[in-house]
Amino acid sequence: MYSEKDITHRLIVGFEIHVQLATRTKLFCGCAVEFGAPPNSRTCPVCLGLPGALPVMNRRAFEFSVDTGLALNCAINRLSKWDRKSYYYPDLPKNYQTSQYDLPVACDGFFEFNANGQPRRISILRAHLEEDAGKNIHDTPGCTLVDLNRTGTPLLEIVTLPEIESADDAYAFCTELQRLVTYLGVSHGNMQMGQMRFEPNINVEINAGGETFRTPISEIKNLNSFRSVRGAIEYEYQRQIQDWLADNDYVINDRPNENRGWDDDRGVTVFQRGKEAAHDYRYFPEPDLVPATTEEAWLETRRAKLPMAPLKRRAELVNNLGLNPDDAAVIVSDRATADLFDAAVEAGASPKTLGKHFVNLWAKLAADRDARVCDLGISADRIAELANMVDQDSVSATSAVKVAGAMLDSPDSPMKLAESMGLRAVLDTGETQAWIEQAFAANEQAVRDAAGNPKKAKAAAGFLRGQVMKISAGKANPKLVGALIEARLREQSTQE
Amino acid sequence: MNQSVYDIVTAIGKGETTARAVVAESLAAIAARDAQVRAFVCVDGEGALAAADEVDRRLAAGERVGPLAGVPVAIKDNICTLNLPTTCASRMLEDYTSPYEAGVVERLRSAGAIVVGKTNLDEFAMGSSNENSALFRTVNAWSPDRVAGGSSGGSAVAVAAGMVPCALGSDTGGSIRLPASFNGVVGLKPTYGRVSRYGLVAFGSSLDQIGPITRDARDAAIVLSVIAGDDARDSTNVRGRPFISGIADGETTPDPFSVGVASECFGEGLAGSVRASVEAGIGRLGELGAETVDIRLPHMEYAIACYYIIATAEASSNLARYDGVHYGHRTSRADDIFELYSHSRVEGFGAEVKRRIMLGTYVLSSGYYDAYYKKALQVRTLIRRDFEKAFEKVDVIASPVAPTTAFRVGEKTDDPLAMYLADVYTTSANLAGLPAISIPCGFDEDGMPIGLQLMGRWFEEDRLLAIAHRFLEGTDYNRLSPLCNPAR
Ligand SMILES: [Zn+2]
Repeated sequence: MYSEKDITHRLIVGFEIHVQLATRTKLFCGCAVEFGAPPNSRTCPVCLGLPGALPVMNRRAFEFSVDTGLALNCAINRLSKWDRKSYYYPDLPKNYQTSQYDLPVACDGFFEFNANGQPRRISILRAHLEEDAGKNIHDTPGCTLVDLNRTGTPLLEIVTLPEIESADDAYAFCTELQRLVTYLGVSHGNMQMGQMRFEPNINVEINAGGETFRTPISEIKNLNSFRSVRGAIEYEYQRQIQDWLADNDYVINDRPNENRGWDDDRGVTVFQRGKEAAHDYRYFPEPDLVPATTEEAWLETRRAKLPMAPLKRRAELVNNLGLNPDDAAVIVSDRATADLFDAAVEAGASPKTLGKHFVNLWAKLAADRDARVCDLGISADRIAELANMVDQDSVSATSAVKVAGAMLDSPDSPMKLAESMGLRAVLDTGETQAWIEQAFAANEQAVRDAAGNPKKAKAAAGFLRGQVMKISAGKANPKLVGALIEARLREQSTQE
Repeated sequence: MNQSVYDIVTAIGKGETTARAVVAESLAAIAARDAQVRAFVCVDGEGALAAADEVDRRLAAGERVGPLAGVPVAIKDNICTLNLPTTCASRMLEDYTSPYEAGVVERLRSAGAIVVGKTNLDEFAMGSSNENSALFRTVNAWSPDRVAGGSSGGSAVAVAAGMVPCALGSDTGGSIRLPASFNGVVGLKPTYGRVSRYGLVAFGSSLDQIGPITRDARDAAIVLSVIAGDDARDSTNVRGRPFISGIADGETTPDPFSVGVASECFGEGLAGSVRASVEAGIGRLGELGAETVDIRLPHMEYAIACYYIIATAEASSNLARYDGVHYGHRTSRADDIFELYSHSRVEGFGAEVKRRIMLGTYVLSSGYYDAYYKKALQVRTLIRRDFEKAFEKVDVIASPVAPTTAFRVGEKTDDPLAMYLADVYTTSANLAGLPAISIPCGFDEDGMPIGLQLMGRWFEEDRLLAIAHRFLEGTDYNRLSPLCNPAR
């Protein structure tokens, strides 16, 4: 038997991700894709699987899939074909799912992301389109109800190679992928609503006594938060090592692969079922649909229309506009906000000030409202004007926060608001000098330290500046205050 | 009723009769004769007369009516209709009424046709004799101890027995042509994609096609021109290929044409009387100006095997939805979902349907897929190539429709393989997607009708119909069955 100190190990994680595409209607019929509608109210003969009904492919869903494939650097199959996957389940009215088997929309790509500031890359095996199933509802004892509103909702299933080696990398991959699909506009990517469902497959390579062992693969079903992705992977990593230490035959091929679920409350994965033998889905070509074909020229037009990927956009903010990487990450977190930022830069404001505003000022106001910066309804021009006012010392940084708050409720220009709120910065030396005298009078010890105690001078001077700003209710110009205090202290020391 | 579709449309158009009178005559014929043949699963007298009155009202008001105004039509009961049940002659759908209507039925109704009822079939269109109906057995219009043929037996008998001038059938491997030949009427399987399948309860989706059964070729052309055409609800429907018929407008002379005859279609198992009539029929085509050319269809001998793999594979998937959960028969003795599925299906399906579901499930199973299904797809391609080659040399290919005339009721029910061989000449047209027509060409020693099959190039139904029209002119091969003879 080995103990933990005798072994080295490496985590191996791959992903299957279901992305619900943001089409108005279902994949094969005209029913609305709508969350929360009364049960079975968004159905028709096609998605109910009634006798004689036939599917017709939603062109938009196909285009979204192609866009995603292109953004994942995949090859797009010239001819992508539909297949039926057979299994019996009450929420699957035809008892087969129309999916894609050997000729998916896209295959053989890669996706780049950053994890803890380090560049990472994962291979994409394939991305195929398929229809979602309905929902079985077990609320009533002794009876199962079926809601088919979700049946036929378009899903893009993205499959990666098992190339991820840490829970942090997995977390970073999932968040960046979600950002990508929302950037592309192909999905709303809302995890709570199940619009993105992550299924990591996890095992561990263990080296012990000069031999290499691999634990059975466990697939964690339907994770719908980034936190649970990280939690499940961390938990599985340790569990599989411990299970192997307890039983060295716990290895792939000797023991079945497993389906497991994530218990969010307890922070553990729970065994669901062993995968003794592969289920026979009896895939065969769907005779009711014709293959979807793509032409190179059409692919080029789609490729040309793709928005810049968030990762690249962030790099441009850092490299070209001099933002720090963390601020850049916040700005590109959603596409509309990033677009707003670019528009404000275009309107003539300094990127650095805008960066500070987006991250510290606008982002906070948005967070208070449970919204994104782009949802605040402030135009790029007004955002740019406020940034310029700060840069030109027309308002202090502190006052800018108050002006920004007022901008949410008033269409007036920020300058006008600053004036009417009495926040327009005071550049008048006399008025500022009076505030300084007031502060000096109230803080004699600090004045002494600032003027004569080399150990405390710097801190004391800073304290005095803060007091002046406070007395002026933020209207004083910090630069002017600093200069006048310095002069006043020099005066003080020559007097002594 | 003796009138053809053309006669009825002409007479109503001239005001010589009314839609109500025509429909009433059809209903009277059904009332008089259907008890002997049992072609109809249901008859909608009231609805039909009301629809006829509406046609008459429009005519009286000078409003536009369609090209089938006042024509009674029967619909095979695997084609969805509003108001009338769609049973597929199965216990599974015995009480099922579709909430929507098939594309072809919409087209018929808007052309002014009057749906008088739904006709019997082999359960889910699986059979060649009509003996697989779970409801009751339809028998031949020419002899009650002979089978009607299948699976569109009810539709063929309804036309042959003069109860309606036209009916719709569906053809997956010969299901229109075989019963048409057994009952001495014209049956056309259009090119795959010519007619919308929307609302046709699927058996073999890549093979199924709806087509007309009529007394003569001109009527088939008239009905086809109504049911063919674009339907965006069927992805396999070929757009922009409306069927515009020359003969429906009185243009009856086909261009000079060549007829291919393949020795593969005249081999073992072909009854002598059928061979004689079909050869005579080919001779008659020669008299009409056709040049006869020997051709080869080397993969024809694999057509039946290929067909039964592909059709059953698709059927096993198409029929998976009948599980007792959402609609259709549900068992009363289930303790869990597995029992609900298995008991509902055991109780709801007949033996032949179960046999085909099992066959199809087997050929798609992992480990067998390559040996059966994949190989069948390859053979299908070869069969299609045979036809492409043949049609470089000839305009149409002539063959028997079936190796025998209508066999006796019960004769083949215990021997599924013998039953499957009834489709030996018809399945290849479905595998290749070609149009094919069954034309009456004589009678055997017992007076049973014999059918000549003509297959044409893709989308060349007009040529087939024009030849068939000329062929039938001046013959009485397509006379009504003795059932219509009042002296009987
Ligand atoms: Zn629907």
